[in-house]
Amino acid sequence: MQSTSETILRVNDLTIQYPISIGIVRAVEGVSFTLADGEALGLVGESGCGKSTLGLSLLKLLRPPGRVTGGSILYRGTDILGLDGRALLAMRGRSISMIFQNPLTSLNPLFTVERHFLETIHFHDPSRSRGKALAATGKMLATLGIEEKRLREYPHQLSGGMRQRIMIGLALIMNPDILIADEPTTSLDVIVEAGFTELLANLRKVYKLSIILITHNLGLVAEIADRIAVMYGGKIMEIGSAQDIFARPMHPYTQGLIDCVPNIRLDQKELVTMPGSPPDLVSPPVGCRFAPRCPKVMPVCTERIPGLLEHAPEHSAACWLYERHG
Amino acid sequence: MGNQQPPRRLLRFSPAAGIASLIRKYGGEWWILTAGALIIVFIVFMTAFPRVFTRYSPLDQEAGGQMTAPSRAHIMGTDNLSRDVWARVVYGAQTILGVALAAALMSALIGIPLGLLSGFAGGIFDRILSLVMDSVYSFPGLILAIAFAAMLGPGVINITLAVAVVYIPTYFRLVRGQTLSIKEEVYVEAARAIGARRPTILSRYVFPNVIATVVVIFSLNIADAIMTEAALSYIGLGLPAGIPDWGMDLSMGKKFLPSGMWWMITFPGLMIMLLALGFTMLGEGLAEVLNPRLLEK
Amino acid sequence: MRHLLSYVITRLVLAVPMVFILLTLVFVVLRVMPGDPVGAMLGGHAPQKVIDQKKEELGLNKPITVQYVEYLGQLLRLDLGESMIFKQKVSQPIVEKLPATIELTLAGLLVSLGIGVPLGAYAAQRRRTGRDYAARLYANIAYCIPVFWMGLMFQLIFGVWLGWFPIAGRTGARVDVSLFSRTGFYLFDTLRAGNIGAFVDVLWHLVLPAVTLGVVLSGIFVRLTRANMLDVLKSDYILAARARGIPERRVVYSHGLRNALIPVVTMLGLQFSLLLAGAILTESTFSWPGMGRLLLERIYLRDYPVIQGVIIVYTLFVSVVSLLVDLLYAAIDPRVKY
Repeated sequence: MQSTSETILRVNDLTIQYPISIGIVRAVEGVSFTLADGEALGLVGESGCGKSTLGLSLLKLLRPPGRVTGGSILYRGTDILGLDGRALLAMRGRSISMIFQNPLTSLNPLFTVERHFLETIHFHDPSRSRGKALAATGKMLATLGIEEKRLREYPHQLSGGMRQRIMIGLALIMNPDILIADEPTTSLDVIVEAGFTELLANLRKVYKLSIILITHNLGLVAEIADRIAVMYGGKIMEIGSAQDIFARPMHPYTQGLIDCVPNIRLDQKELVTMPGSPPDLVSPPVGCRFAPRCPKVMPVCTERIPGLLEHAPEHSAACWLYERHG
Repeated sequence: MGNQQPPRRLLRFSPAAGIASLIRKYGGEWWILTAGALIIVFIVFMTAFPRVFTRYSPLDQEAGGQMTAPSRAHIMGTDNLSRDVWARVVYGAQTILGVALAAALMSALIGIPLGLLSGFAGGIFDRILSLVMDSVYSFPGLILAIAFAAMLGPGVINITLAVAVVYIPTYFRLVRGQTLSIKEEVYVEAARAIGARRPTILSRYVFPNVIATVVVIFSLNIADAIMTEAALSYIGLGLPAGIPDWGMDLSMGKKFLPSGMWWMITFPGLMIMLLALGFTMLGEGLAEVLNPRLLEK
Repeated sequence: MRHLLSYVITRLVLAVPMVFILLTLVFVVLRVMPGDPVGAMLGGHAPQKVIDQKKEELGLNKPITVQYVEYLGQLLRLDLGESMIFKQKVSQPIVEKLPATIELTLAGLLVSLGIGVPLGAYAAQRRRTGRDYAARLYANIAYCIPVFWMGLMFQLIFGVWLGWFPIAGRTGARVDVSLFSRTGFYLFDTLRAGNIGAFVDVLWHLVLPAVTLGVVLSGIFVRLTRANMLDVLKSDYILAARARGIPERRVVYSHGLRNALIPVVTMLGLQFSLLLAGAILTESTFSWPGMGRLLLERIYLRDYPVIQGVIIVYTLFVSVVSLLVDLLYAAIDPRVKY
């Protein structure tokens, strides 16, 4: 699609771990992917696969005891992991922004809407006058479809959908390049969710955003994403364009995910599920992490880890089904 | 291609590993619990076997010179009536510990049944009793104790009563709250499955929790009672002169403060603090160990 | 604004039963308890006839229910009666001494908040480090120190040995109180009269008792603030603020502490009770001429009307403060519906 445009984010071999009482959790292991300018990348996987941890680390928001133990995150050539102090603060919210799962609790209950915006603007651009800041805020609210009188209200006076939009507004007020959305619609009902996708598409055009969408909701990803990366057990199993992933999935896990989504047109008697449960990330299985649950498992799968290789144009998978294992 | 190292085997389950992981898990909390327990054991020992600690009698008014500073012969010095201060400290432990324990027991024995009753009965009775208890609870405890002690007059029993009254609402509120939640559970259970095993649910899940809470509160209660008893005797409302008491010693030693005679007030006060601290730490340590969310107030 | 008024009125109405119960409790304790106060007052060996006569004088021989009704009636007329020992209305010494207690209590509250809140916030930020444990240890120890012992130790160290502060009274011997005393709040009065020398003297006398009271109560605020901060810092809006590039310090204090303090405010009412209790002991130790010392004096003298009067005033005081705290809470938390 936009493979010829500039790559603005490059994640290389990222590894994140955190120690717990019985060992070390390998939440993310050797993950690599790129994000092109203007592209929407969907990061898909079930709960606990490490996608949220990954998302947090992109803004260096990971709190101890979690730590990045290897790899790099290059934003326009600069390693985010090497940033500190003012450079880090300047990057957050201005170059890269993030919105979170729960809009109901993501706003400070004691701050008015106005104050949230003014504060953000002030810390990124202290020289801007209050008048100008209010003007920018007003414009943003208009784009979001929120009445101006809401500025002086408190979060508890707003509906869930409105708070969601305010969150997006706060994330975009400084016009960042990249928006990371971590499970943005999980706590919203489907109608609000539909509104969200529409809004996001609109904003994407207006602000020329690149998006990383982290979710377990395949439907959402199908609507928004240009490319999709499928994560399992802290590793990327497959990555490719949205069409390729849905039409020609390579990895058995991807296939399983797609199968699990009930199709209203098919005459399904039973819901399809995947047997088994996510891997133990403290002592993960030897070899491919999906092997214990894989319907197409082979002996080599439990011995060695397959690499994430491009088995078709712009479409990679980590699976022994496609890789030579002599 | 990726060749992964076989995962390192976790520590095999051994007693050492078990304790190590317990300590790592509770960390500081175990220290607190142990420290508190040690203090209490020490002082209880002192209460039970005072002669191990001192050969003087706390009432002996010829133990040594008058108001002598701490020395080899009298490690805490002597007071204005030539009594050995360390002896008074040792024997004073009996008094304060006795009163505090008795008062705490009394509070519990009155407050807990009342809470149970009120919680189960519900209705107007519960509402009125709760209102009364809440009012008393919000009132400064010490003032209440002072009022009682002033009216009842001096004496060990009276002062115990005065201290006990202050803490009854604490137990009442605690037990009533637990009772209310039990009540809900039981009725829901009954509605859902007639003949379901109520006693099992109660005994296996609810009561352990209640007991844990009560034990913690009891320990903290004793600490409070110690402070209240000491305060009462400090202001002169407590015990007759014959009985050695830390609070009273403080009020007596106070007169000689301007002349710089520090030992008469430093040591008894230190002991009050230590004993209260012991029970507090025991209570807090127990709380963290038994149920970390217990003291979230 | 109409809503606020109705909230205030509702709150007042709710407070009445509690006050009523407490006043009844006071009555029960002071009149119904076993023990013969009149006999004790007359020296314990007085002949029965004299005791009975005195009782009749004081109206103590009427049936309890009648006494109770009279008691309530008196209170409604704001009449606290007359002292049994001195020729004065009960209200007189109370009105004289109340400002002293309020001044001490407020100063103590300021000190305890000033130590407790920052320390608690600091500990929450450095969770599970040595400094956190140190702060919690401080909180535990502070709470367990008998307030009167702390007072004595302070007197010893800072008064007698170092000589930095006076150890008794509100003013020095050479200060003539009548020169400035108007409201009874000396800090205010001296400033009003422009008497800086007296102001400093009063302030100096206030230091040790206020710090004593403050330190002992700071422990509670340390724990409370720390616990609330820990909770708050886990919130989603804190993470969201960080993600917007708000500096950490601002996130912790402006977003975090402000939210964490709301439960602290609601606890202020309860803590005030502890403050009052502690103030009695502090007043006794420092010979501070307040209500606490008045209470203890009159207990010693067995002046029951005054004892009753003081306790009633304490009751009302606590209720008023509790009400004010509720109003304050409604004012600072926009979520409270009124």
